[in-house]
Amino acid sequence: MQPLESAASGRDLDITLSGSWTAPHARVLEPLVEAAVREARGRGVRLDMHAVTEIDTFGACLLERLARGSSPGIETQAFGVPERMRGLLAEVGRVGREAQPLPPKKKSSFAGIESIGRATVDAGRDLVVFVEMLGELSDALLRVLRDPRRLRPISIVYQLDRVGLQAIPIIFLITFLIGGIISQQGIFHFRRFGAGDYAVDLVGILVLREIGVLIVAIMVAGRSGSSYTAELGSMKMREEIDALYTMGLDPVEVLLLPRVVALICALPALTFFGSISALFGGGLVEWLYGGMSPAIYVERLKDAVSVTHFEVGIIKAPFMALVIGIVACSEGLRVKGSAESLGLQTTTSVVKSIFLVVVLDGLFAMFFAGIGM
Amino acid sequence: MNAEPLISVRDLVVGFADQIVLDHLSLDVHRGEILGLVGASGGGKSVLLRSIIGLLAKQDGKISLFGIDRDTATQETTRSIERRWGVLFQQGALFSSLNTRQNVEFPMREYLRLSEKLREEVALIKLGMVGISSEDTGKFPAELSGGMTKRAALARALALDPELVFLDEPTSGLDPIAAGDFDALIQTLQQTLGLTVFMVTHDLDSLYAVCDRIAVLVGGKIIVQGPIETILACEHPWVKAYFRGKRTRETTRTLGQTTH
Repeated sequence: MQPLESAASGRDLDITLSGSWTAPHARVLEPLVEAAVREARGRGVRLDMHAVTEIDTFGACLLERLARGSSPGIETQAFGVPERMRGLLAEVGRVGREAQPLPPKKKSSFAGIESIGRATVDAGRDLVVFVEMLGELSDALLRVLRDPRRLRPISIVYQLDRVGLQAIPIIFLITFLIGGIISQQGIFHFRRFGAGDYAVDLVGILVLREIGVLIVAIMVAGRSGSSYTAELGSMKMREEIDALYTMGLDPVEVLLLPRVVALICALPALTFFGSISALFGGGLVEWLYGGMSPAIYVERLKDAVSVTHFEVGIIKAPFMALVIGIVACSEGLRVKGSAESLGLQTTTSVVKSIFLVVVLDGLFAMFFAGIGM
Repeated sequence: MNAEPLISVRDLVVGFADQIVLDHLSLDVHRGEILGLVGASGGGKSVLLRSIIGLLAKQDGKISLFGIDRDTATQETTRSIERRWGVLFQQGALFSSLNTRQNVEFPMREYLRLSEKLREEVALIKLGMVGISSEDTGKFPAELSGGMTKRAALARALALDPELVFLDEPTSGLDPIAAGDFDALIQTLQQTLGLTVFMVTHDLDSLYAVCDRIAVLVGGKIIVQGPIETILACEHPWVKAYFRGKRTRETTRTLGQTTH
């Protein structure tokens, strides 16, 4: 016997239900109900339910669909409803009458163009947010400088430890390897036209001017920028930042300024150590792979690079730190209530700060070329 | 009431590091009843709830659910038990990246093979049952008020039509009117869906209004359990302070008038 059987009697339709009307059977029941609804259109319906053994909300929902969909205006009569099922059916019926169907989802045919437009507006907004954050940080810095008691040395030192000291091992390792790789590539390719020794110039100039600071900045953006964003974001989610406001404290001064200041102090130092480590790695490869003794390497390096090269590299570091700090903090404060948004903003923070660091490096290269450094 | 209890806890010992929280605790929950668990703050109520649902490891004792011992059950059996209960966490624990309706649909999507239309329909019915209007079903958890969060979380706990529902302080953080509504809601749902409810609560009104039986957890043990009259007659100092303290006298008095 089918769980739903219908028979016409005169103008009315007799529907006999039986068996389990529960969630595991819903896949079978739903088409039967749909068919019955079509059959019953415009007719009175009598539901015989005495053979139904069990029912849950899913079954009740299907019955509700049957009762409402079949005959608008005409009452559906149900009889033989077992006592214990009445409460559930009545409740589902009541809620079903009150609930409005969901509005159909809008789908624009110009979705592609719309998203381009939105992205453009967002990019413009990002720029405004960046400048705003720069302004707020400068404002907070001026306030702190005017009243040095408001400086938070403990906070700054703590952050310096996290973004500076603790980053040194990994920075050393990565820059060491990159120095070695540049050196090896230089020796390998320059040797073919007898200029193997110039690999030292390549390593020295490239590391001090560009690679040292760029690698370190990218590492810091991934390592510390992301943690700033995640930290501030979860503080935002848990209303900790609102709590600071209500205590009359400015989150920019309390949370953001120490972080950004620590980053600005740490990045030049890390760049210095990173560059030294890269030069060391380069020297080691020159010795082991290129067969150049360390003494000669140092001699050649002295000829190849000047203080200017070092200055060009190190001057960029605090600016890159500022960019990373601003992006990380403003993305952190943009986090909304959901875990998803925290992840999204952290990703955005890292991607955006790495992009801006590279763009900034390009601008600096043009600038230094312009002034002949 | 069946002879076989739905939840049976025997000689349960749970502790952290150097501290025993539950000390040889035994408790039964029978089919179709609403059991209220009370106890001091930090006294191990949530620990008991979390050990029953398997979120905390126990050190000793036996926990059976639906007549199945957790320790000897295969992973598959455990899974099938987990489908038969719903849990309302204290903070709601709604998935923040899904909207209210998707939160309710989530367990259905995982466990049942339903058409999208029916799933949506049932989710709306469940949300309607707990009193969330259709306009609010598209909201994300971050946009819901405290009371709405509890209601939405209850709807999610009920998504699979469970036989057993665990409620961890369902009315905490709600105003007395909202808490009263919530109590009424639990009672209605218990009757219409035939639920068994295990409720951790601090709310005396809930205890009086909806609980069939109350268990009092003090010092890692259930010191007394039974209907409210039994609890009120208990002479244990903590129970006396809790049920006959200054803050509770008013409630007790009104109950006394209605029962006599």
